[in-house]
Amino acid sequence: MLDVDLTLRRGTFQLTARFACPTPGVIALFGASGAGKSTLANAIAGLLRPAAGHVRLDERVLFDGLTGIDVPVERRRIGYVFQDARLFPHLDVSANLDYGARRAPPEERYADREEIVVLLGLSALLGRRVNQLSGGERQRVALGRALLAQPRLLLLDEPLASVDSARREEVLPYLETLRDRYAIPMLYVSHQYDEVLRLASQIVLLADGCVLASGTPAELSGDDRLRALIGTEAVGAVLDVEVVDLDPHTGLVRVALGSGTLRFALPGARPGGRVRLNVLARDVILATSAPHGLSVRNALAGTLTELTDEGPDSVLASIAVDGARLLARITRAAVVELGLATGTPVWALVKAASLRGHAFSRGDQRAVR
Amino acid sequence: MLTPAESEALLLSLRVATESVAFNLPLATLIAWLLVRARFAGRTVLDAFVHLPLVLPPVVVGYLLLLLLGVHGPIGGWLYAAFGLRLAFTTTGAALATAVMSLPLMVRAIRLSLESIPAGLEDAARTLGAHAVDRFISITLPLMAPGILAGAVTAFAAGLGEFGAVITFASNIPGETQTLPLALYTALQSPGGDLPAARLAALSFGLGLAGLVVAEMIARRLRARLGQ
Repeated sequence: MLDVDLTLRRGTFQLTARFACPTPGVIALFGASGAGKSTLANAIAGLLRPAAGHVRLDERVLFDGLTGIDVPVERRRIGYVFQDARLFPHLDVSANLDYGARRAPPEERYADREEIVVLLGLSALLGRRVNQLSGGERQRVALGRALLAQPRLLLLDEPLASVDSARREEVLPYLETLRDRYAIPMLYVSHQYDEVLRLASQIVLLADGCVLASGTPAELSGDDRLRALIGTEAVGAVLDVEVVDLDPHTGLVRVALGSGTLRFALPGARPGGRVRLNVLARDVILATSAPHGLSVRNALAGTLTELTDEGPDSVLASIAVDGARLLARITRAAVVELGLATGTPVWALVKAASLRGHAFSRGDQRAVR
Repeated sequence: MLTPAESEALLLSLRVATESVAFNLPLATLIAWLLVRARFAGRTVLDAFVHLPLVLPPVVVGYLLLLLLGVHGPIGGWLYAAFGLRLAFTTTGAALATAVMSLPLMVRAIRLSLESIPAGLEDAARTLGAHAVDRFISITLPLMAPGILAGAVTAFAAGLGEFGAVITFASNIPGETQTLPLALYTALQSPGGDLPAARLAALSFGLGLAGLVVAEMIARRLRARLGQ
């Protein structure tokens, strides 16, 4: 459990943060630029001193304003991957990796150097000077260096912000690998919703120096405070589901959703594997009767639970589908013509071709629950 | 090639410059660190005080040293009474006067290199478990090395030629405090000394030039190593 409750003032900026998230797992600190994400990360790492409150990690008190406990940064054992990597320019990659490793207490070792080098694809880089690395390579070295210090919490402050978007795939899959391989809690600071969805098991929503909400991505995906941050196009229902089976003829996987199922293509999926889906509101069609003669592969019966005005002519509809929820963006005209209202039984239609899922490790999911 | 008197002056100059650099290295590093990283009340005063030798006539510096460290001065008197140590009119005194004169050169060079280190690197070292002394030795000092070396070589080259402060504080004693520039001055004062003076001037010129070239080469190589 990462338990944070602190206030901090920097100039005119006031941060009031309070959340508690289960560990291990990836906790995403999500918010717009200037929301106070990095300030909060620095306070947890000990680089900034809160005015009051506490920071606890798995029953270990790192800071407590009342009792005066303030564990110095170098003894907190919190690994920090900075936005700008901050590799030591006078050391080569290998020596950078060893820097934290040599200072870690031997009895706390869990990350093995050989293994980290392979997992992060660093073998070819070991002898290089850090100014000969690309942005993505720098972040991978920084990640390895932080992990080899055998931290109890790994802080990542927008590690992809200084990596151009085409090269983010040089880092993201490695982060997923680490999450799945080690049971180390991670705090991932980001303002990119797609990154958060790929990595996070918990989201802490931050705006103007305040924690607005926290919960799993599935829980928060229907929250209007999250919707306000991510932009209309990304609004959808996040579903953490399990692969039921694979149809060898169509190549589509079937995942359970309440008592119904969804079908879509997911290369490399295995029955029993966990999958996270973001069913985008713009991809969901509502029908008042069971559909016939349509190309749509997924039709789920449910009940309209909420209609929210989104703009002058669009409405966001929440549909309860037997234990899960979907979101659909429809026009105001459709609401009137179909006579939609709260409680109306509807069919939610989702094009299989529009669904994009990604595997989300089973081990991690189990640990989070 | 060199007359015994010339090589004596040369060796003495080298010795005085070396001792002054050795004395200044830790002091200049400490002062540079204080000026860049520490926040204390007397910072501006310390900054101004260190730079005084740049703007004061060297003779004034030598005179002040004589007042403080002469055998009748408050510090010099105590040193003499307690340890039998005399600084004025000795080789060590010449080195000390040279050190005071070249201190600002060294502080400035080291300070520049310290300021160019991103503070974030030390924070990164902290999160990796390095305590203050460890951080200084493993991160700060190596990254300051180009500045320290460049400062040391510049100060050494400048120290070979210090005149005013040395002659005032340590006097002009052949074999003891008569360094190259003092020997040159003495030659100029004596009849028929034009040729010896020209030879000594050429020697000084060559030494100074070599010093500066070496300083630049070292700095360049180190910067390349550090990827700056």
